[in-house]
Amino acid sequence: MPELLQFLFSGLTVGAIYALVAVGFTLIYNASDVINFAQGEFVMLGGMVTFFAAAAGVPIPLAALMAIVVATAVGLILHRLAIEPARGASAVTLIIITIGASIFLRGVAAIVFDKNFHSYPAFLGSEPWRIGGAALLPQSMIVLIGAGAIVVALWAFMTMTLTGKALVATSANRLAARLVGINTGAIVGLSFAVSAAIGAIGGVLMTPITLTSYDVGTLLALKGFAAAMLGGMGNPLGAVIGGLIVGLLEQLSAGYVSSAYKDAIAFLVILGVLFAMPQGLLGRAAVERV
Amino acid sequence: MQSALRHPYTVVIALALIVAVLPFALPSTFHLRIAALIFIFSIAVVGLNLLMGFAGQVSLGHAGFFGIGAYAVAVGPTHFGIPSLAAFFVGIAIAGLLAYLVGRPILKLKGHYLAVATLGLGILIAMVFTNEARFTGGPDGMPVPRLELFGWRARTPIAWYWISGVTLVIAALIAVNLIESPTGRAFRAIHDSETAARTLGIDVPRYKLAAFVLSAIYAAVAGAYLALFDALVTPVTAGFLRSIEFVTMAVIGGLGSIFGGIVGAAVLVLLPQVLTSFHDYEHVMLGLLMMAFMIFLPQGIVPSLARLLQRRRT
Repeated sequence: MPELLQFLFSGLTVGAIYALVAVGFTLIYNASDVINFAQGEFVMLGGMVTFFAAAAGVPIPLAALMAIVVATAVGLILHRLAIEPARGASAVTLIIITIGASIFLRGVAAIVFDKNFHSYPAFLGSEPWRIGGAALLPQSMIVLIGAGAIVVALWAFMTMTLTGKALVATSANRLAARLVGINTGAIVGLSFAVSAAIGAIGGVLMTPITLTSYDVGTLLALKGFAAAMLGGMGNPLGAVIGGLIVGLLEQLSAGYVSSAYKDAIAFLVILGVLFAMPQGLLGRAAVERV
Repeated sequence: MQSALRHPYTVVIALALIVAVLPFALPSTFHLRIAALIFIFSIAVVGLNLLMGFAGQVSLGHAGFFGIGAYAVAVGPTHFGIPSLAAFFVGIAIAGLLAYLVGRPILKLKGHYLAVATLGLGILIAMVFTNEARFTGGPDGMPVPRLELFGWRARTPIAWYWISGVTLVIAALIAVNLIESPTGRAFRAIHDSETAARTLGIDVPRYKLAAFVLSAIYAAVAGAYLALFDALVTPVTAGFLRSIEFVTMAVIGGLGSIFGGIVGAAVLVLLPQVLTSFHDYEHVMLGLLMMAFMIFLPQGIVPSLARLLQRRRT
């Protein structure tokens, strides 16, 4: 029993990070139909900038803020210089652009920072709490609460503010949104900024547990993408659920079956779900117009 | 002249000429090696292009099939005593069979869902190669015995230049033949609209499956060649990044253009060679160039340039 609880704790922690990446995917996808494979790099920037700013003597909270600002700026620049000029290109062309951006950002990070693994002290100490015989790191709690807070804030933003509603409108129908006077170009830029900030916050929160290095982004983007698809592409709630499921599956199969094949089991389940529900768990069937 | 250029087989003839003449222009075995690498990757990309560019189905997992071909010529001779040539065909058969079996359920998915399913498939295959260390040597990989044909050992770059070059010409010929046949037209109809294709009486699942199996076979052939050529195979061969590389080659060169796929493969094989002089900045440059190619030539190099030429002429 304590074993199961332990796997659930670690699964939810990892899952919360995947959920944040998946939410980032979903936001950008909804606003612009772009699958942004550079999403994992925002998470990497969050952790790396915080570490190097902290190493330079900046207090951690300020360093974290700097990291989030840097990632947001990178998100905006990515949109302005790489996505915007290719407007109207096919989906797969845009995907290759974001993959190029991801390789580029990784390359820059390897030069500006370094190629080692880094971590900084957990925010509330590293003494685990004992719950039902399992150990729960305070930092895990912070990751879970932080992820939850982001999702709630995002929901509030999208339902209660005019800008948020403009984002929802742009996702629903870009042409119609433009007709009612929404600056859809700015909204797409906003979606990149918000996604980048969310990714960076995930990176800031997870680094004390999982460490970070210049190339953590690839795997995160892959898992986050899978999670978003599992939940149903374009559905933020689906992205959160998908992220948590992928995290739990991974940790449970690592614990009970084989740590070498933990990702295999996660992907087998994803394949199984997609065969049964081709639009993901919460996705809606698309209608093709001929 | 104009119509000769447009003729579908022009690509194959041009390719055959390039393959035949190039060895006399290349100054060293190092260059022959690079050319052979380009040919090998081109074989996989020509196959992937049939699936993505013509039938319009994405795959982020083709490195898996590439890996099956590669590991077949490594594991077969080493652990089961099968001659390399037989292992080569066994690998192709396994890749084709696997594609046939998983293709039907997977190809029901569309767009990004198909992308994630093929991605999962590729990762599953790569994971088997990483973890079944008893057979595959695990993450470090394993040596591949040299190909021996009737007492002759294929090990020099020039030998592999000819083997891969001739295979590429044949592969392109088969692809062009297929594209110009009713099957090719069915592929393109599915690409444009599945619903419309179905109303025309095209058996959509069957043609999608055919494209998938064929592209898997192309990938397996290329994978086996690369393993025999390098005399070494590691799980990186079958990894996610390799799948991405294939897709990037196909897209940068131009989806739906056989010659485009080959140009794309050439660009992505040559770039790292040229960029090594930038040392640490290699990846930065690679990423920048990938973005620049796609921003300025969104249709891919070959179709975009062809369009530019045409505009100038009219």
